[in-house]
Parts: sequence; C-alpha cells; structure tokens
Amino acid sequence: MSEINHVRNTDATTSSTPAIEIDNLSVWFGHGHDRVDAVKSANFNLPTGASFGLVGESGSGKSTILRALTGLVKTWQGTMRVNGHDLGKKRSKDFYKQVQMVFQDPYASLHPRHSVDQVLSETLSLHKFKNINDRIEKLLTDVGLGPQFRFRYPHQLSGGQRQRVAIARALAPEPSILLLDEPTSALDVSVQAEILNLLTDLREEQNLTYLMVSHNLAVVGHLCENIAVMQNGEIVEILSVEDMRELKSTHPYTQNLLQSSLGFVREEC
Amino acid sequence: MNNSNASASGASTITGLRAWLNAEVPGSRWQARASAWYHGWLEFKSNRLALLGLLILIALVLIAIFAPLLSPHDPYTQNLSNRLLPMGSEGHLLGTDSLGRDLLSRMIYGARITLYIVALVALIAPVAGLLVGTVAGYLGGWTDTVLMRLTDIFLAFPRLVLALAFVAALGAGIENAVLAIALTAWPPYARIARAETLTIRSSDYISAVKLQGAGAFRIIVKHIWPLCIASLIVRITLDMAGIILAAAGLGFLGLGARPPSPEWGAMIADGRRFILDHWWVATMPGLAIFTVSLAFNLLGDGLRDLLDPKSQGK
Repeated sequence: MSEINHVRNTDATTSSTPAIEIDNLSVWFGHGHDRVDAVKSANFNLPTGASFGLVGESGSGKSTILRALTGLVKTWQGTMRVNGHDLGKKRSKDFYKQVQMVFQDPYASLHPRHSVDQVLSETLSLHKFKNINDRIEKLLTDVGLGPQFRFRYPHQLSGGQRQRVAIARALAPEPSILLLDEPTSALDVSVQAEILNLLTDLREEQNLTYLMVSHNLAVVGHLCENIAVMQNGEIVEILSVEDMRELKSTHPYTQNLLQSSLGFVREEC
Repeated sequence: MNNSNASASGASTITGLRAWLNAEVPGSRWQARASAWYHGWLEFKSNRLALLGLLILIALVLIAIFAPLLSPHDPYTQNLSNRLLPMGSEGHLLGTDSLGRDLLSRMIYGARITLYIVALVALIAPVAGLLVGTVAGYLGGWTDTVLMRLTDIFLAFPRLVLALAFVAALGAGIENAVLAIALTAWPPYARIARAETLTIRSSDYISAVKLQGAGAFRIIVKHIWPLCIASLIVRITLDMAGIILAAAGLGFLGLGARPPSPEWGAMIADGRRFILDHWWVATMPGLAIFTVSLAFNLLGDGLRDLLDPKSQGK
C-alpha cells in the first residue's frame, strides 16, 4: 500500500513540480573586503522538459548559477530544488545521475591523458553501469561520433569532436537535466550549428531539460523557449523567445541588449 | 624450400604486427595501448643520445644480474703479492687494488650496489614526494599548510649533513645511507607535485569528473598523478646522477658501504691514497660513476621530450 502511495507521489511530483527551482539564490566569492557578490537573489523555475536560457554580459553571474547548482561553488545562500528535492551543501551521487553539465571550453574539459574510451568508461563505472562496452558505442553514435573515435586522445580530435565527447560524457549517466555552459562559444560558426542541432535532437530523443548559459542571443533563440536576462548578478527580466524576437521587452537593459545584438541587421535593412 | 617459407611467414607476421600497431582505428583497448607505446618508442628511438643513455643503463642492469658469470675473479679474494698491479697485467684487465683484489671484478659487483641504491631511492623519494605534494595541493587548507611546512623543514637541512647525522645515529651501512638520501631527496618532488596539482585542480576536466561523483582519492590517483608523473620521472632521472654521487660521497667518507663491499665510492676512497703513483685504482670506479650518471642524464633529457604533454601530437 505504502509502495503504491509512494509511486503515486513521485508521479505527481514529476508532473507538477518543476525540474529546477531557484529561489532567492545568492552566490558570493571571497570574504571581508574582497567579497564579490556574483549572484544576487535570483529566482526562476524550469518545468520538466523545458529549455531555459540565461543571457547577459560576461561577468553577470550566469555561469556562477550553474556552478552553484552543481556544487562546484559552495558559498551560496537561498533555496535550490531539483525535481522537488532541496539541495544542501553536498551533492549526492543520485544528484549527479539527474543533473549533468557541459562545459564551455572543450579544449579544457577533457583530461589530456585520457582517451575517449577511458573518459566514458570511468564515467559509466562511477555510475555503476553494467555492459560498459555497448554503452560506450551507443553514446558515441548518439552524439554523432563513430566507434573509430573511441581510442583517440583529446589532442587527436577537433574542437567540435571534443565537445561531442563532452556531451557524450554528460549523457552517460542518463540524466534528465543538462546544464549547458556556453557549449558553443569556443567553436567556430559552422561547428556551432552542428552542436546546436545535435543538442536539439538529443533533447527531443531523450526528453531532456536544458538550462543554458550564453551571451549569444541567436544561440539561445535557437535552443530555448524562455530566457532570463542577467545584469550585474541580478535577473532583470524573464521573457519568452517570441517576445525576445519581437523586441517586446520591458526592462531598458534587455532592450539595450537586444538592440545591440540586432542593430547590425537593422542598419543593413 | 621449407626454410624460405618459414622466413617469408616470419616477415609477414612482422609486417602484420607493424600494421596492427599502426592501425588508424584500434579494435580494442589493448591494441590502442600497445599502439600508443609503439609510437612513443619510435619517437624515443629517434633521439640518439637518449637511446645511448638507455642502452648504458640496460647494460648496467645486465652486468649486475650476470655479475658472477662476467667477473674474472672473486671480488673479495685478496692476494697481497699481486697488489697494485697496473692495467693490462696478466689476468687483471684493469689491474688490482691495494689488497690485490681484481678491480674489474669489483667494479662489476659494484654495479649491483649502485643499482640497489638507485632503485631504493627511486622507490622511496618520488613516491613520498608525490603523495605529500598532491594531497597537500588538492586538499588545500590546513592539510596543505602542515604538509608544506614539514617539507620546508626537510628542505632546510643540507642534504649531506642530514645524511651524515642519520648514518651516525643508525650506524654505517648501505641501507642507512639509502634511507638518509631518500629522506633528504623527497621535498623537491613534493614541491613539484604540489605546484602541478595547484594548476590542475581548478581545471574543467577535474570539475567534470567531480560532477560524476568521484571522490578526492580517485581524482588524485587517476587524474592528477598521471599529469604529475611525467615531470617527476624527468626530475628523478636528472637527480639520479646526484643520488649516485651522494651515495659515493657517503662511501668515500666511510659512512656508506662498509670496507669489503665493492661500492664504487668506497673504492675511490680506497684508491685516493695511491692516486699519484697508481692512478687507475681511483680512476676506474670514478669513470663508472661518471658513465652511469651521464646515462641517467641523457635518458632524463629524452624522457622529458617524450612525456611533455605539450609536445604531444606535434
């Protein structure tokens, strides 16, 4: 009886509670005179299956939110919930099975001495998966790399291929939420499009929830449904991508940001 | 007919092996590893001087293993009627020392002692240094402060003086000499390992593996060590010459190997008394120390080129 109740409860939570809830989150670095408030009482919610973008200039605290969420930054205050569970100071293995992250620079996010095979098999064994061999091959095909890349080292891969490996690593634990920290900004334009299409396809296939950080409005517009605009550590406005495209923003900073990224196109017209 | 067939198939297995090692797409983990080693070896082989160093060291190991077969005489047999024979005298290629013992045989047996010292120090000092340095660097905070101040204390002692004190306290003997050298040799390794760890620990690939739920132990051993070991190996090979010389110095002072044992440093100390009239008695073991030290330096230079991750893939 209690079992059934439990199942019903989790069903209810997944359908109604958001995948990510951020409530009054503040993050800071250093203390005393050196204290820098990177994020100031941020609030936003992500429904399951949504794709949400955080945009803003560099230094506005977008990436810091992701780092606090994953536990890489420990100096934060407020409430963060993932699938209805409150996050404390420490993250459990269970958390890392639900939430994974893709880093900005694919040249820095892969261990220079570990082959693709080592990276993926270590990830899989950390999450206690069986039949690692088959899973590695499936992961590589999922991200559009053939099995011929399995025993390559990072220095034998291009930037786009490295980012695909990083995405494969993030997908290995079969997470439901993927945090994307400017996943395309270190790549050149044609490769950016490939990675963005890959992310779009993966989201459809695996019902992922995306929380993406970018300073590139075109990238966010391609992948996300809603965006939050950040300035100096504060979220100044949350709006949908349609509104963003039609320049229907209320906050002057957002208008400024949209103008500056679209201004170039306008003058041409 | 049969013979040519056999040799043809032998040649084809060799080309097959080479193709297997050069395969663009390795079929298995094992093949990928073998192929990486093979390419490393090819690169190493192109450095002639490093190869020479390696060959000298391999020869040293072989000499040490087969010492009883190679040496023409017993290194301990004294013959006072044949003392201080010059080089090239009958039955004694490199002459004899002050007690009439064959110098060549003593040098061949001395290779064992030298290797013993080198192996023991290489096992103790870098491992201790790596452990202390990476743990201090990765964990930071109080652990870092305590471990690094301890390292500073050991660094502040002059090496030979600490070794002297240690040997004086525990008694002369090759084991104590090795311990004393190892005890004074680890702090630089700890410093190097910590410096490397500090640059590695904040990198994205360490964050990435943390996000897979890996603990500190796994991160230090599997992710930080492989990146520190390259610079440590190079440092070890460059230090080896100094370690051999320190052991020889202790032997020379009478605090290392004890008299009958044919340690090279002790042999020089013995020959010092006759250095003007019978120069070969001190020179031959000196040349042996010089050759082995040089070999380690050449090898270290070659390994640095090979192991530096920045030079990989170029």
